[in-house]
Amino acid sequence: MAEIQLKSLAHSYSETPGGPEDYAIRHLNHVWHEGGAYALLGPSGCGKSTMLNIISGLVQPSEGEVLFDGKRVNELSPRDRNIAQVFQFPVVYDSMTVFDNLAFPLKNNKIPKSRIKARVQEIAEVLEIEDKLYKKAKNLTADEKQKVSMGRGLVREDVSAILFDEPLTVIDPQLKWKLRRKLKQIHEQFEITMVYVTHDQLEASTFADKIAVMYGGQIVQFGTPTELFEQPNHTFVGYFIGSPGMNLVEVERSAAGVRFRSTQVDLAPWQVELLKRLKSKNIKIGIRPEFIELSPTASDDTYEAEILDMEDLGTYKIITVQLDQQEMKVRMNEEFEGAIGSRTYLSFPQQWLKLYVDEFLVQEQQ
Amino acid sequence: MKKIHNNRAWWLVLPVFLLVAFSALIPLMTVVNYSVQDIFGPGQTFFVGTEWFKGVLGDERLQDSLIRQFMFSGAVLLIQIPFGIGVALMMPKSGIKGSLCLILIAIPLLIPWNVVGTIWQVFARGDIGLFGWGLNELGFDYNYTGNTVDAWLTVLLMDVWHWTPLVALLCYSGLRAIPEAFYQAAEIDRASKWAVFRYIQLPRLKSVLIIAVLLRFMDSFMIYTEPFVLTGGGPGSSTTFLSQTLTTMAIKQFDLGRASAFSLIYFLIVLVISWLFFTAITQDDKEQ
Repeated sequence: MAEIQLKSLAHSYSETPGGPEDYAIRHLNHVWHEGGAYALLGPSGCGKSTMLNIISGLVQPSEGEVLFDGKRVNELSPRDRNIAQVFQFPVVYDSMTVFDNLAFPLKNNKIPKSRIKARVQEIAEVLEIEDKLYKKAKNLTADEKQKVSMGRGLVREDVSAILFDEPLTVIDPQLKWKLRRKLKQIHEQFEITMVYVTHDQLEASTFADKIAVMYGGQIVQFGTPTELFEQPNHTFVGYFIGSPGMNLVEVERSAAGVRFRSTQVDLAPWQVELLKRLKSKNIKIGIRPEFIELSPTASDDTYEAEILDMEDLGTYKIITVQLDQQEMKVRMNEEFEGAIGSRTYLSFPQQWLKLYVDEFLVQEQQ
Repeated sequence: MKKIHNNRAWWLVLPVFLLVAFSALIPLMTVVNYSVQDIFGPGQTFFVGTEWFKGVLGDERLQDSLIRQFMFSGAVLLIQIPFGIGVALMMPKSGIKGSLCLILIAIPLLIPWNVVGTIWQVFARGDIGLFGWGLNELGFDYNYTGNTVDAWLTVLLMDVWHWTPLVALLCYSGLRAIPEAFYQAAEIDRASKWAVFRYIQLPRLKSVLIIAVLLRFMDSFMIYTEPFVLTGGGPGSSTTFLSQTLTTMAIKQFDLGRASAFSLIYFLIVLVISWLFFTAITQDDKEQ
């Protein structure tokens, strides 16, 4: 087990990188603490897998350092880093049985036979493949293969960390949920540092204590699922986390806050104060669909809007409203009544109204 | 739609049937025809039943050359298969070096067989051949025209030179088809080089190796031109392999009955061994 630190890491797959667009990872600093269960969340192509491969040593970073417990490991091969990694698509050694597959990493580490047998049995039970142990791996189904593939990652006890690269992609939803629980249990049992790469926020939040959201080769926020939801640090986090994502509106400065077109939105005094000091013209306000309030009657702090669309998702409704040509999504409970095309009145509770300058959250200074 | 039930579709098989008939069945049947008759001339044919077969099977000259043939094919497989795999493993994976290697390695395959024999006949000569002269200069008493062991070694070396590239090329293509993910997983699992070879590369080379072994067995079992040019089957009859014995019988002695009977036996041996071999290797796949 180890603490994994990434220091001003950058990586480009091109030999002669030009601009920042050639980089898969850009000046990234991050620490994965020992024994934590982490998720690395981000859209496809944001550099998640690259980062994982850099940690495991399959990819050499173009710049920066990888430290295990404070020691530089850039030059070490994956075998010397003693790290386990589970890939997106199952890799099984087809000529071997399931047992031999699971025992393979242990045999390579010269662990005594009796211990291997016990350990393989243990992992096979956790993954519920103990009845297939003596089957040839080649004859397994895709999800059994992935279980074996995961088992090979879990079987070693002394690893620095286990890295999962979207390991449940090929597995059907029912089993996915079960396996995720299993991983969580295994983590609680053995307390090994685990980093789980995914593009599915639900997967990330069920597995991890803390989630790192990656965007454009950088980690834009690292926090608990609640923090990511309530305090998105970056407009991308707002947009990516939540379903539907945060409503983001481009605005300009005004006397008491900001405005878009003819609509004036008041901000908290400290926000107004901070905004005055910043030069940038790239200003956005954001509010989650869950926090917008709708009412059928007007009052002082409401804005008149038109209901464009309503989607009933069974347990809640997503209402699309238009306010001064700006579309917004609102999440309401099943009881909400309203007709498409009718008027409604919105209000933005000030504590949930977030201000973004240059895509980053403006936070109150303590 | 109304289905039409008749057997006219069988006519579609006719072209293939004719092709196979003229290319394989009819020539084979003429051999069968010769093997059960004694023919003196047109109209002077006598049915002799299995007489030729009995005679051939008891022929010591044939038995000796059959044993030599098995030894030769066995040696060819034992040397060329591991060597070919080794060469393929050492070849650069891609780029200009990889292409260059492929071309260099493929050159022996492009040389006509009798030219291969001639090249080695000259190359291995003690007086003007670089190889033979070199060995003699180094103090080895090497003479492939006089010494049985030297003749065997030279024939084997020639065959290794000529045909290992085939095995290497087949293995190279097999190795390139292994996804990178397997090597990555093995690296993560801390597999040794040997374990990577034994559990990843070798199992995935299986299908190309079946082809390589079958081709090399059949070709080496039927070898004729190269040793005929190189040693002429000598010294004595020490490098006279089956096909050369057969040719001598059929063409020099004009013993068509015995030669036909023997051809059929020869054909059956190749067929049976190839079949046994293929079944043995693929049997493994069917096991659960």
